[in-house]
Formats: sequence, C-alpha cells, structure tokens
Amino acid sequence: MSEKKVILSGDEALAEGVFAAGVRLGTGYPGTPSTEILEHLSEIGGRAQWAPNEKVAMEVAIGVAFGGGRAIVTMKHVGLNVAADPLFTLAYTGVEGGMIIVSADDPGMASSQNEQDNRLYGEAAHLPIMEPADSQEAYDFAIKAYEISEKYHTPVLFRMTTRVCHARSIVNLWKTPEAPQVKPYHKNVGERVMVPANAKKAHVRLMNMLADLQKWNETSDLNVISGPEKADLGIICSGAAYQHVAEAAPDARILKLGMTLPLPCSKIYQFTQGNKRTIVVEEGEKYLAEKIRAMGIEVEAKKDIFLYGELNVAKVKKLIAGDDTPDAPPKPGRPPQLCPGCPHRKVFESLRDLGCIVSGDIGCYTLGVMPPFSAIDCSTCMGASIGMGLGLRHTLAETEARKVVSVIGDSTFVHSGITGNVEMVYNRPATGHLVLILDNSTTAMTGLQENPATGRHLNMTPTHQLKLEELVKAIGVDHVDVIDPTLHNPEFRALIQERLASNDVSVIVCRRSCILQMKKLAKFAKK
Amino acid sequence: MDNKITNVLFAGIGGQGIIKASDMLTEAAFRMGYDVKKSELHGMSQRGGSVSSDVRFGKKVFSPMIPRGEADYLIAVTEDQIAVCEEYLKPSCVIIKPSDFPEAVATSKMLNTAMLGKLNQYLKFPEELWIELLSQSFKAEIAESNIAVFREAAKKEA
Repeated sequence: MSEKKVILSGDEALAEGVFAAGVRLGTGYPGTPSTEILEHLSEIGGRAQWAPNEKVAMEVAIGVAFGGGRAIVTMKHVGLNVAADPLFTLAYTGVEGGMIIVSADDPGMASSQNEQDNRLYGEAAHLPIMEPADSQEAYDFAIKAYEISEKYHTPVLFRMTTRVCHARSIVNLWKTPEAPQVKPYHKNVGERVMVPANAKKAHVRLMNMLADLQKWNETSDLNVISGPEKADLGIICSGAAYQHVAEAAPDARILKLGMTLPLPCSKIYQFTQGNKRTIVVEEGEKYLAEKIRAMGIEVEAKKDIFLYGELNVAKVKKLIAGDDTPDAPPKPGRPPQLCPGCPHRKVFESLRDLGCIVSGDIGCYTLGVMPPFSAIDCSTCMGASIGMGLGLRHTLAETEARKVVSVIGDSTFVHSGITGNVEMVYNRPATGHLVLILDNSTTAMTGLQENPATGRHLNMTPTHQLKLEELVKAIGVDHVDVIDPTLHNPEFRALIQERLASNDVSVIVCRRSCILQMKKLAKFAKK
Repeated sequence: MDNKITNVLFAGIGGQGIIKASDMLTEAAFRMGYDVKKSELHGMSQRGGSVSSDVRFGKKVFSPMIPRGEADYLIAVTEDQIAVCEEYLKPSCVIIKPSDFPEAVATSKMLNTAMLGKLNQYLKFPEELWIELLSQSFKAEIAESNIAVFREAAKKEA
C-alpha cells in the first residue's frame, strides 16, 4: 500500500480507481459531466476508447466482463437511455469480470436537455447503485465496486452528479495499481444466452442476489453514520447532497448512504430511532425517501420545489426547515454562443434567411437557437433531428413541409443519425427531405473528442476514417453533396433552395473544421 | 487552525483562463496544508458564456460550492461579471478586477497571474510557493514573465 495525495476531480479520481483495480478496458461516449473519466484513464496509461454511442459502448463493456476482464463504461445520464436495452438484460445475465456503469447525472442541467435521476434506472433494472460523495469516494468506491461486482456477479451502477464529477478535492491514491487480469473463459449458456427458458431462471437468480447483497450492505462501511448518538435532527443523504448537509446542519446526526440499492433496511431503521425527526435530503427525485417509506420506516421527504435543480448549502437549510418559498432567480450572466469563426454560424445564417423550419439535434450547433440566428424549431435528443424532420414533412401542409431541414453534427450522425437516414429512404415524405450534416470534424460540445469520422482514436492514434458521404450514398439518398458553407456561401444557399424545391431525399455534408479542433491538432502536431 | 473557511470566487467568460487560475489557487492551498475543494461548471460555458469557479479552503471543507453571501474574495476577470456574482459576496468581500492593474497587464494574458498576486497580499502564502507553482504551470520563457508580474502585484501593501 502506498500513499500519494493529489487534487483530482471526481472523474479523474474514478479513472485512478479503476486503473488501480486493473481495468481491462474503458469505453463510453462523451457527455458532460462524464467525459474526463476516459480521457484521464487514457492519460495515466489505461486502455480507453470512444464508442459510436452509449449502447455500443455498453455492449463492448459487457463482452469484456463476460470474457473475465474488468470493464468500465461511462456516459452522461441521457446516454443511459440509449444504452438501456442491453442494461436491463445485463442485470439478468450478470458478469464474470467486474463491471462499472457510470451514469453522470446533471441536476440543474448545466449542460443537458433534462435532469433525469438515473437511480430510477437502478431500481427498474435491479442493479446495485453506488453514489460517491467526493473525489476520494469516487476512487475508493471504484475499487470496492469491482470487488462487489465480481463477488455477486453483477454490474454496478455508479451514479455521479455534476458536483462530484467536476468538483476537485484531495485524494489519497493508496492502492498500487494492478495489471489487468483476465479470468479463464468458460462457456456458460444458461447464464449468458437470454432465451426465455434461461431468462426466467436468471430473473429469480437476480432477485436472490440482491437479497444477499442487501444483507451484506446492512453492515458495509459504504454507509456511514456521523454526529451525536442521539439528536433532534437526523438526516439521510447520499452523493453530493451529503457535502451540503454536513455544512448546513453541523449538529445533526447524518446517515450517508454509499450504496443506495439495495438499501440497508435495518441500519436505516435503527438510525431513525436515535432521532426526534429524520428527513431525507437528496438531489433529483424522492428516490430514497419513497423507498424508505415503502419499507415502513417513518422519514420526511423533501418538498416538491426541491425536485428542481441542484442542491446547495442554502437550499439544504430551507429543505430541512420545510421552507418551500422559491429562491430569487440568479442574475443572468452572459449566455453561451457559437464561437466567433465557428463554421456553424454561416449555416444558421443561411437557414434563417431562407425561412427554413429546422429540426435540430444535440451539440454546439444547438446554439443556433440563440439570436441572432433563432434558427432552430425543435431539439430533443441525440439523433432525433432526422426522425422529427421526417414527421414534420409527413404532417405539415406542402408549402411548410418544403421548408423542413434536419441538421445534425458529424459525431451525432454516427451516434444515432444513420438509422434516421435509412428511414428517410424507406418511408419517403411526398415532398422529399433534406438533411444537413454539420461536419466540423470533432465532437466539439463536450470538449473536442475524437469519433469514428475523424479517423483518430481517443488517444489520437490513427484508425480507419468513416466517410460520411460514402455512408449516406450507400444508404441510397438521391443526392449527396459536400460543401464548405462559409467559403462557398452563395452556392450553399442555392443548393439548399434547389433541394427544397425538389421531391428528392438529399444530404448535404457541410464540412469545415471547428476552429478549436484545428488549434488542438496544431498543438498535437508540435508534440 | 480554527475551521474558518476562505472562499474565493473567480468569474469571467469562457476562454479567459479562469479554470487554470483557480486550479493554481487550489494547488497552492493544498500545498499550504489546507483541506481544499473547487467546483465549476463546464460544458455550455465554454462558448463565450459566463464562467465561474469556486475555491474553498480551511481545516475541513464540505460543500464544493460557495454559499450565497460567503465569498471573501472575488477575482473578476471581466468587470461585468461583478454584478452577476453580487449575491455570493460577503459585505466585506475584496473585489480584485482588471482596472486595479496597469493597462499593459490588464490587457495581457498575464492578468490572471497578476490577480493571484494581488490576492496573495491578503492570503499571505509564502512567495516561494507561488514561484514554484508558476514555474510548474508555464513553459520556461513564459514562467519568468509571469513570476515578475506576480511579484509586482503581490508586493503592494493591502
């Protein structure tokens, strides 16, 4: 055992933890606030790679764990929606090598389209959930998570939030890193092939495993009681909420839960017996409060106003006092905007001037909704621009339908735009359709990550470059053009008008590098 | 030491080096033996929007976020962010802003270093610690001029 104290973000500390535990492979899709986990893992010598999307990443990680190696798969909260299909059946199969599934939730939506609480995924899929409260716990819990995962043959849902992922604090890196180990491979059809006969048994096995794990969790050191033996106020909390609680209520008795599924029922009951009142302080949904109440234990839940946004010390004080008067809205700062020199600017100027109805997607270019462009009509999730655009084409009157354009970035297109394109040629709208792939040659929004269309791995080594124009040609669209909308703007506008006037299905690849990506590449070339 | 927490709020807009400057203060406080936490929001704020970063240090720090009304120091790299941050400042909060410095410094890339220098008039961490940090944070040719700017900003009496 060594000792090395450093300052790390929660993301970096988690990467250090899985590296120390001998992770075989880290995979994921970039998404704030999870992105730095794999980047740091790669920096310190671990094997880390970006997948085309979260579902593929999850499946690769499952294969690693089936093969007997330790795996980590990382994503933001909405990424787990994409990966939910393998997730639910993975809970049935279980794993051989340890597997950590990171869901980085974003209460308050610093950089997200919703603030879903993914502990509910753990509950729905029956997965153990661990919630670190700071960087040290991200490190310690990662090491512990692999032990639990391998002992109980279950993947672990590692739920982090923005203020754990992106807060920096002191971490003791106490474990000497192990080299990745792989257990011998055994064919195990009964537990790995989920046909109904096997899955029926697996479902029962899953619930029995959770019952065993629940017993273990009753006395596990993941759940910590602090403060006086008896107190007027007892608080049950988890994750980042603990930090605000410890500061807001220094005299309270606190039960900090590190494993929030399966819950240590007796421990929670005994904790409540020492307090005059016990309140649950949690970010997101009333997940803990409702589960604890369902066990027949009397605790207070937060008021509904605290379902919104992230907690802080002042809000926790109000929460404990039962004060649900709304806070004054924060003073507006400068809104984010497309960078000066951003290649998306000319695209949105053109779409605005041409009066297009624009079905948007997720990336920097979502900022096309801001003035002076105000050029996006709808945006929901990764890849949705194409399907939504087709639905609009099927529904609007012809004059309006002809104005509908879908815009999608290069990384987002690879993530989940390809099937939308197949739909476009399969169920063609009467007026045709137009998709613009805004190819700035990077996954820019999350901080310039590589993707299959850049031809570089996460660690910048070269690999096969997916050619977007060849891909959409193979799908069978009528016209595929590649143009730089900044350098050839009049031609770009004329081309859009021509395509919109036809009844054809077309793709225009708008190709011009992100200026920040060009700086990154120049810096990399110097090294 | 008693558990008085010192709260330093950095505010500016994306691309001004707020994160690097606040990382340096975090590291300095760590080397001074304090418990220290830092928190900021990444993501949308990289696109020229408001950026702020909270650094807190003391004997034991829990929340990584500075509570409203508790910032002891505001490092306002852009002056228009002072109003945005108002609700987070103590009445006695010391505000360090670009106009505190000669124009040549205020408009240079070394403004953040100068601001850390001025902050150290109050924090009074040993100068050698900062010089070591600046040497480790910048390439040799830039480190030297940053150290000079830091010394100049740090020496004026508060």
